[in-house]
Amino acid sequence: MSSKIKEYRGTEIGLDEVKAGKYLFTNYDTVLRYSWTSGVAISRFLSGLKEGQLWARKCNNCGRTLIPPRMYCEECYRPTDEWVRVKDTGTVNTFSISYVNNDASRRKKPILVSVIDIDGASPGMGILHLLGGVEPKKVRVGMKVKAVWKKKSEREGAITDIDHFEPA
Amino acid sequence: MRRVAVIGAGMTKFRRRMLETGRELSFEASRMAMDSAGMEMKDVESVVMGTAPDAFDGVHMKGEYLMDGAGGTNLPYSRVYVGGGTGVFVPVAGWWHVASGMFDTCLVVGEEKMSPLRPHPQYAFWSIFDHTIERPLGVTLLWIFSLEMRRYMAVHKVKEEDIALVSVKNKGNAMDHPCAQIPGRITVDDVMKSEPICLPVKRLDVSPTSDGAAAVMLASEDVARKYTDDPVWIDGVGWNVDTQYWTNRDLYYPRYVEEAARMAYRMAKVDNPRKQIDFAEVYDPFDYKELHHLEGVLLADKGGAPKLTRDGVTQRDGDLPVNPSGGLLGVGNPIAAAGTMKVCELFWQLRGEAGKRQVKKEVNRGLAQAWGDLLQVGTVITMKR
Repeated sequence: MSSKIKEYRGTEIGLDEVKAGKYLFTNYDTVLRYSWTSGVAISRFLSGLKEGQLWARKCNNCGRTLIPPRMYCEECYRPTDEWVRVKDTGTVNTFSISYVNNDASRRKKPILVSVIDIDGASPGMGILHLLGGVEPKKVRVGMKVKAVWKKKSEREGAITDIDHFEPA
Repeated sequence: MRRVAVIGAGMTKFRRRMLETGRELSFEASRMAMDSAGMEMKDVESVVMGTAPDAFDGVHMKGEYLMDGAGGTNLPYSRVYVGGGTGVFVPVAGWWHVASGMFDTCLVVGEEKMSPLRPHPQYAFWSIFDHTIERPLGVTLLWIFSLEMRRYMAVHKVKEEDIALVSVKNKGNAMDHPCAQIPGRITVDDVMKSEPICLPVKRLDVSPTSDGAAAVMLASEDVARKYTDDPVWIDGVGWNVDTQYWTNRDLYYPRYVEEAARMAYRMAKVDNPRKQIDFAEVYDPFDYKELHHLEGVLLADKGGAPKLTRDGVTQRDGDLPVNPSGGLLGVGNPIAAAGTMKVCELFWQLRGEAGKRQVKKEVNRGLAQAWGDLLQVGTVITMKR
């Protein structure tokens, strides 16, 4: 009972106390290695990237053209029907200017990240990617962008075969 | 289904790093909840534990690891997990234990110890993203929050300054919470000038990482009446999970939170939430999320939450107090424990035991909501005197 409780338990350890060795810690580094299969839909998608193309899957029941592609429509809950080539252009749905890496360490230079709605897919079908070739202050939601592909010899069938998107 | 009462609540302090292990934290919160209900272990028939990714602790089977501390030894014990939505999902799961008639009592525990992971707990979140088409881009959880915040701002033309008011309010409310990790009197200007993290998200828009635990004791009506004259009833529960294809959804609105709220409202026979919900503890790991979620649970129109905040409606002495506890922004964000802390706050507020945090208006029904995973889980509970 909040107003009747006299003491809430818990012992804080400050960073200075960690550094001073006041408490004992057990340290351990774990190394887990994985090899993930790309799956039926994404394998085909990655092959397309290697050719400089974006491919989506269409569900003929709801009519949606889906990217990232999947072999089933999660809304109709039935198999999707066909592969559809979509454009490598799109619209900035939203964006962020990131000053951090994925371990929360600071970046020297921020990067621009975005959800990009892809032209030719159904409205609102976006993918996560990076933006480049533009000042952070000039990026706007609704801005038209196009893919900047890596050189064909450097493509390996990966999402990073698109280096980034830039203003169209 | 049988009526289910909350008859006790307890929690530990929330701190960046604590000496206690997750088990010890679970014990302190659970023991306090049992003591406040006047119960002993012999009175506890079942236990539900909620705790978020195993990766924080580096302990697989974390539910089992924590079990002894949570009082689950040799009892029907289980762990439930729906990402950040877990803290409110634990009492939902506890509710069905008792409502179904399977058990007369259920101890509900939310625990999180984020501090072990090096160099920062944020690193564990990397592994929630698609391994083939998202992780190679260097994605972090902070990216998706900032993408969602930007989308919300763009669709409703919301100013960063209006969003910052939430952080100012919640950190201020937390000044009165004895367990709070980062309470403070700050200004909108402090938020605006704080370190950029993933713009538009800045340092003071974000809750901290924390260690902590919280617990509530549930009982059937007959049993509850034996222990207290003042039970608080769980009258609505709801949950919903949206598609994992988060880049295919319009992030400006959490439709899964609306679905969860509608489910709880149907059960509680709430047809006009703004009249029938007196105060709310909605999930606020980031300041804009409080606004997003107020709209999702239908306590504000779409795009209307910033104005309610600006007008003072969501202050502790306002017409719709929101996060009178101080929320995750002020009390702290030990993930599963943070959601359960909100349920403890409903219990204390509804019994008039919240001390300096007690909201000014008379309250008969409150709502707690949590959110999680890849911007996709909504969990909701309504409680009534």
